[in-house]
Amino acid sequence: MATTTTLDRRAFLKVSAAAGGGLIVSGYLPWAGDADTVVEAAGVFEPNVWVKIGADDSVTMTLTMLEMGQGVMTSMPMLVAEELDIDWNKIKTEWAPADAKYGNPNFGGQQLTAGSNSVRGMWKTLRESGATARAMLMTAAAQTWSVAENTVSTEKGDVVHKASGRRLKYGALVDKAAALPVPKTVALKNPKEFKVLGQSLPRLDIPEKVNGKAEFGLDVKRPGMLIARVVRCPVFGGKAASFNADKAKAVAGVRHVVAISTGVSVVADNYWAAAKGAQALEVKWDEGTLATLNSAEITKRYAQLAEQPGKVARNDGDATAAFKAAAKSFDRVFETPFLAHATMEPMNCTADVQADRCDVWVPTQGQTASQQAAMAASGLPANKVHIFTTYLGGGFGRRGEADFVTDAVETSKAVGKPVKVVWTREDDMQHDFYRPVTYVRMSAAVDASGKPLAYQLRMVQQSLMKRIGGLPPNGVDFISVDGAANLPYDIPNIRIEYTETDPGIPFGFWRSVGASVTGFVVEGFNDELAAVAGEDPFEFRRKRLSKHPRHKAVLELVAEKSGWGKPLPPGHARGIALMECFGSIVGQVAEVSVTNGAVKIHKMWCAVDTGWVINPDTIKAQMEGGTLYGLSAALNGEITIQNGRVVQRHFNDYKVLRMNEAPEVETHIVPSAEEPGGIGEPSTALAAGALVNAIAAATGKRIYKLPIRAEQLRGNATARA
Amino acid sequence: MIALTVNGKRYDVDVSADMPLLWVIRDTIGLTGTKFGCGLSQCGACTVHLDGQPTRSCVTTISSVGAKKVTTIEGLSPTTSHALQVAWIAEQVPQCGYCQSGQLMSAAALLTKTPKPSDSDIDAALSGNICRCGTYQRIRRAIHRAART
Repeated sequence: MATTTTLDRRAFLKVSAAAGGGLIVSGYLPWAGDADTVVEAAGVFEPNVWVKIGADDSVTMTLTMLEMGQGVMTSMPMLVAEELDIDWNKIKTEWAPADAKYGNPNFGGQQLTAGSNSVRGMWKTLRESGATARAMLMTAAAQTWSVAENTVSTEKGDVVHKASGRRLKYGALVDKAAALPVPKTVALKNPKEFKVLGQSLPRLDIPEKVNGKAEFGLDVKRPGMLIARVVRCPVFGGKAASFNADKAKAVAGVRHVVAISTGVSVVADNYWAAAKGAQALEVKWDEGTLATLNSAEITKRYAQLAEQPGKVARNDGDATAAFKAAAKSFDRVFETPFLAHATMEPMNCTADVQADRCDVWVPTQGQTASQQAAMAASGLPANKVHIFTTYLGGGFGRRGEADFVTDAVETSKAVGKPVKVVWTREDDMQHDFYRPVTYVRMSAAVDASGKPLAYQLRMVQQSLMKRIGGLPPNGVDFISVDGAANLPYDIPNIRIEYTETDPGIPFGFWRSVGASVTGFVVEGFNDELAAVAGEDPFEFRRKRLSKHPRHKAVLELVAEKSGWGKPLPPGHARGIALMECFGSIVGQVAEVSVTNGAVKIHKMWCAVDTGWVINPDTIKAQMEGGTLYGLSAALNGEITIQNGRVVQRHFNDYKVLRMNEAPEVETHIVPSAEEPGGIGEPSTALAAGALVNAIAAATGKRIYKLPIRAEQLRGNATARA
Repeated sequence: MIALTVNGKRYDVDVSADMPLLWVIRDTIGLTGTKFGCGLSQCGACTVHLDGQPTRSCVTTISSVGAKKVTTIEGLSPTTSHALQVAWIAEQVPQCGYCQSGQLMSAAALLTKTPKPSDSDIDAALSGNICRCGTYQRIRRAIHRAART
């Protein structure tokens, strides 16, 4: 049974003839207002283009989501191909320009590939685009043959009339179809009818990623292009007071040294000359107000704030009264550090600013943010600022920022030539927008037998919502408390509080964002609650999920697949964790052993309910990689601030997981017909929770502070009760 | 002028003697499959072969290359048919893909020396190559797959 959807309330789909023949399915998404109003205002109908079917049978789709390894270059066309009924191998993709018409409705119309929101934001529009085009091609064929519409069907790019054996290719019907009125309603397939969706089709971007041909931002070449490195004030908030360019300019190949808003740009014929010139540059910095700030001071301030009640994100029952009345209660303090993203491709951007035009080539997660930064830096309006995107050598939230665009556009404008700005690894590590440092006070009240009665979480953290637009009236950043405010367990009194503060260190979105903290804090604490209650960690969770059957199914699946409760080799132990975030429910089990403080992760198991699935292998890949990203941070990730600057510089002091340390991750997908959830982030969020619970099972020592240090696992360093 | 041979082709480049091979390959010769990740031989993204030996090109000055033959990812196979490339596609290894040129060059050198590597051989040969997307288990599977062909 198919689902009928009313088109004009959702996507304002338009169908029109393409220049030179062909059918275009296009549309405005609801945030852009009524499509007709937009058209009228513009004076000409300039729709976006989701799908273009050529008279030559070619099918081209426009990708507004960018490819950073999460598979959108394949999953987005699969959504179209399923409903359009075409030969999968024939579909081609093109990157969308920066244009509001291609915005994600879930991000208020911004073009932004983030928040595990590509499929969630686009699946309906793209399936409707495919289904609409197919319906109109069928109508065109029925009219051509003078047969009833309900007697024709489609087969991989052909419309067929089975009774007479007649068949026409889509390409032969596009002109006629383009002249038809767009149907008011269109039927979308039931997941049970899927032929393309649900298949592990090979990713379209992979072949050119094994032979060096894939073009990343760093690979962009423009005629006459120069290369620049920007020297930045090491202290956040500082700026160049003055500089002497003589020694930098004495380096062979250095052409220009120019002050820009983000620092001093050393521009040369090639990277090596720019790097040497940057090293020779003499700058006097005005270090600003943060020059004495240290991590210890930040923690001290946060700890003081955590003494006071925060803004209330959730309040079930009466936790305050329950704490007063309870037989026993206890507090635990959890701390998580600033984290860098450390994408493999350092930040970079290429810009060519001319008098009446600004072209930007950039590996970005946000075409809109990049265009806005380029407009501000060039002084040109949107219609003269062109954003060309490339593959991203990792994103993880870092490339939703646009500071690197500012670097390139300002430098190109200053020197009057195309310029590629390349960050060093040190620049990248020391001038990130970090996962914010977090201080959480957890409290629980239990009855005489140790069963939980009341639960309180009080989080202190910088607010991303405040940074990007403002906190809601209740003062709670729901991004920060994601994974905590939706705690699924049956506990009668639950209070979740949030306190916003800002020490001035740049902060941003880091893969799984708030949930990257709560996955560790909430599930680490819940494991301790299970121990206090004298219950098995899996059973403790399972019997408190009466209102959440999907959670329960995920938990049971991961327990079953990991052999929960079955004997293990000596010294090995398992930890379990469960969470809902980004619209998906994930369960994880870690198997570890600990020798003299050194943690060995033997294997990780994931179960996920992410709704109906587009490409199962992509789901698995994201669960694998996301888990390692989270484990990497839990084991090693820490950015510390000393005198207003970042201490860590490279991969030797900001360590990340390597081949010899990386466990196998085994993933199981719960069959589901629910709407799709996000998949790029949930496993990252939970990994630390499963890990610290396994460590507690192996050693009896609970981890309250990340990253995990060997000294925490020796002696009694972690006991805080 | 400094002479060097990359993927069987001879180039004469006019660069400073201290320029790392990585930037000669990328900026001067224009082959961008070899990647810049750290500049300190900590991540392996820049791995190429010098006379078949896996080498971090970001810390190898052009003056030290001499007559050694340089092979980059573009020279691994003209038709993307090296057993590792085939296995990489079969196992759907890359995510963002940025580190994969270096991973493949390290893996190719391993298989030349050790045609049937064990897991610990793979650990030893590949632990210098960071992948932030976390594709390690697929890399391992792909190396084993290539070793079987």
